[in-house]
Amino acid sequence: MIRKILSTVLLASALAPSLVLAGGDHIKLDRAPVNLNNTESLQRGAALFVNYCLNCHSANYMRYNRLQDIGLDNKEILDNLVFTGGKVGDLMKNSMDANEAKVWFGAQPPDLTVIARSRASASGSGADWLYTYLRTFYRDASRPTGWNNTTYPNVGMPHALWELQGEQVLKAEKVRADGYVTTVEKPELAKPGKLSALEYDRAVGDLVNYLVYMGEPAAKSRKTIGLIVLGFLFLLIPLVYALKVNFWKDVH
Amino acid sequence: MAATKKEPVVVSGAGPLNAPLGGLLTWVDQRFPLVSQWKDHMSEYYAPKNFNFWYYFGSLALVILVLQIVTGIFLTMHYKPSAAEAFASVEYIMRDVPGGWLIRYMHSTGASAFFLVIYLHMFRGLLYGSYRAPRELIWIFGMVIYLALMAEAFFGYLLPWGQMSFWGAQVIINLFDALPIIGPDLSTWVRGDFVVGDATLNRFFAFHVIALPLAILGLVAAHILALHEVGSNNPDGVEIKEHKNEKGIPVDGIPFFPYYVVKDALGVAVFAAVFCAILFFAPEMGGYFLEYNNFVPADPLKTPSHIAPVWYFTPYYSILRAVTEDFMWVLRAGVVAYTLLILFTSRGCLSKLLAVAIAPVVLIAMGVIEAKVWGVVLMGVASMIFFLMPWLDKSPVKSIRYKGKLSRWALTIFTVVFLVLGYYGTQSVTPAGTLISQIGSLIYFAFFLLMPWYTQMEQTLPVPDRVTT
Repeated sequence: MIRKILSTVLLASALAPSLVLAGGDHIKLDRAPVNLNNTESLQRGAALFVNYCLNCHSANYMRYNRLQDIGLDNKEILDNLVFTGGKVGDLMKNSMDANEAKVWFGAQPPDLTVIARSRASASGSGADWLYTYLRTFYRDASRPTGWNNTTYPNVGMPHALWELQGEQVLKAEKVRADGYVTTVEKPELAKPGKLSALEYDRAVGDLVNYLVYMGEPAAKSRKTIGLIVLGFLFLLIPLVYALKVNFWKDVH
Repeated sequence: MAATKKEPVVVSGAGPLNAPLGGLLTWVDQRFPLVSQWKDHMSEYYAPKNFNFWYYFGSLALVILVLQIVTGIFLTMHYKPSAAEAFASVEYIMRDVPGGWLIRYMHSTGASAFFLVIYLHMFRGLLYGSYRAPRELIWIFGMVIYLALMAEAFFGYLLPWGQMSFWGAQVIINLFDALPIIGPDLSTWVRGDFVVGDATLNRFFAFHVIALPLAILGLVAAHILALHEVGSNNPDGVEIKEHKNEKGIPVDGIPFFPYYVVKDALGVAVFAAVFCAILFFAPEMGGYFLEYNNFVPADPLKTPSHIAPVWYFTPYYSILRAVTEDFMWVLRAGVVAYTLLILFTSRGCLSKLLAVAIAPVVLIAMGVIEAKVWGVVLMGVASMIFFLMPWLDKSPVKSIRYKGKLSRWALTIFTVVFLVLGYYGTQSVTPAGTLISQIGSLIYFAFFLLMPWYTQMEQTLPVPDRVTT
């Protein structure tokens, strides 16, 4: 009886989501190459972050010396990553005036400490969104900054990495989908930058990898401790089960 | 003195410490009802021997309550209840406080786990008629705990001061605005400001860390005392106290200690494994336990495009959103139909009188007060209608095992509808979603309101004299 109710309930709840019509503001996102064990990638990402992002954005909840997590010592951090003349235990603050920033960009650039967590959605992880976003800037003379973005249309941010990527422009492309021919506008490289397309994708991958790390610096140790705890529990469960069976053997 | 008349406590076995231990326990027992309480609630509390899977969730709820209080105490040591500092202090806990991330994830995962366990615990009550006489008060205390828990969760959700914290609180407090006459003043009074702000955060913190935990602890004590007074129900819904041996012990009962202590320990171990798997490997649970948008600091000037409460509130949120102006006509028709049903089929004079008196008042009120208010009313009624279960269920048997087909189908459909409403409560509004929520809301209320009829119409199965295994 119970089993019957349970199976009906499970079946129905499994079917329920499929009843919703697909739709909403889902964007197709590229998969970000996130690997928190790749220390070199994280270090390259950290360098890109302090050089290109920290000028306008802040990471107000992250301390420089936490970067010891990604294989750097305090001296290396101070020499290579702290440009503000501060202490190694400082938070990654930004000295730009919030009101001026609002005048320049239309909005104060958001804090980036947990951006990789907040940008997650039904379309993909926050990393996927950032990885796609940072690769879809294109030239648009109608925007105040001269830049626009297909992932985040009419974004206030100019293309901070344009020197590396070069300049993209929007190209209309005819695509056959489900038997219909539709026009899709895609950014395409018009003027190359310092990096090739492949190198640029890798650089953005490193940067996004770093942003994911910074979103939750404890993530790696969380998983390590989790394995130990689960290992302990899987040893404990049979013991508690044996205890229960032993106590209950006189219950009929 | 009466106290000295108590028997000395004897510690069984032959350990070297047993004599001094016995002496200490005797000393305590002569000054405090230690042995009698232990016997009443543990070693001589006889619980039916046929508890199944569904009976793990009561003790699990207690374990989670303790977990939430202990982790909450440690979070309070570092959290700052101020609009300017709250978001940063949570990230400070996640980064700079040693082990802070673990405590925080235990607390945030614990909140969702608490509701999951409580919903399963309540479902057990619905399955086996645990609310029926003489256990009405256990059920009522339990329902008050459930409401207190929802308030606790709501207040707690504002504290991280993210976008969803802020706008969730804003949406729910604004519901009071809809009440006639007193509404706007009431919502300002609740917030302590014209928008959700520092004053709101501070008072929510006070409610979350002291007022509601105190209330919940007291209610849990009352819930368990009432349970131990009348004894536990069981999957067969038969009273084990009706068959006692010569010592006055129920023959189908076994002492809670040690039998159910070791069994519940197994439940706790398995639960801990599931809990830790989520805590350590998916603490956000795909945005259901920690919503993505809550990693953006609260911004009163930027309304998120999609505001959804955490999953455990979403069935009620769906009912709230289901009540549109058009749907009011369906509700009016429902009131008329239900009144006619009572008039033509009810045997009681009182219920007919009440129906005739109340129905016109409700219909007039529906004409005067806007749909938004009725959404709030129905949401409140939906969460509180469980209180009436002891009096709505008129079946001659308690357990679903011996109830008829109608009751079984009703509970199955209700469970599916509860989940479907819960799902649509997490989604943005679509015409299809609203229609499904409206149908779901009607079924939700029909489950309760038609219960006096379908539980009496059906053919029940014979109930055994003693518990089965």
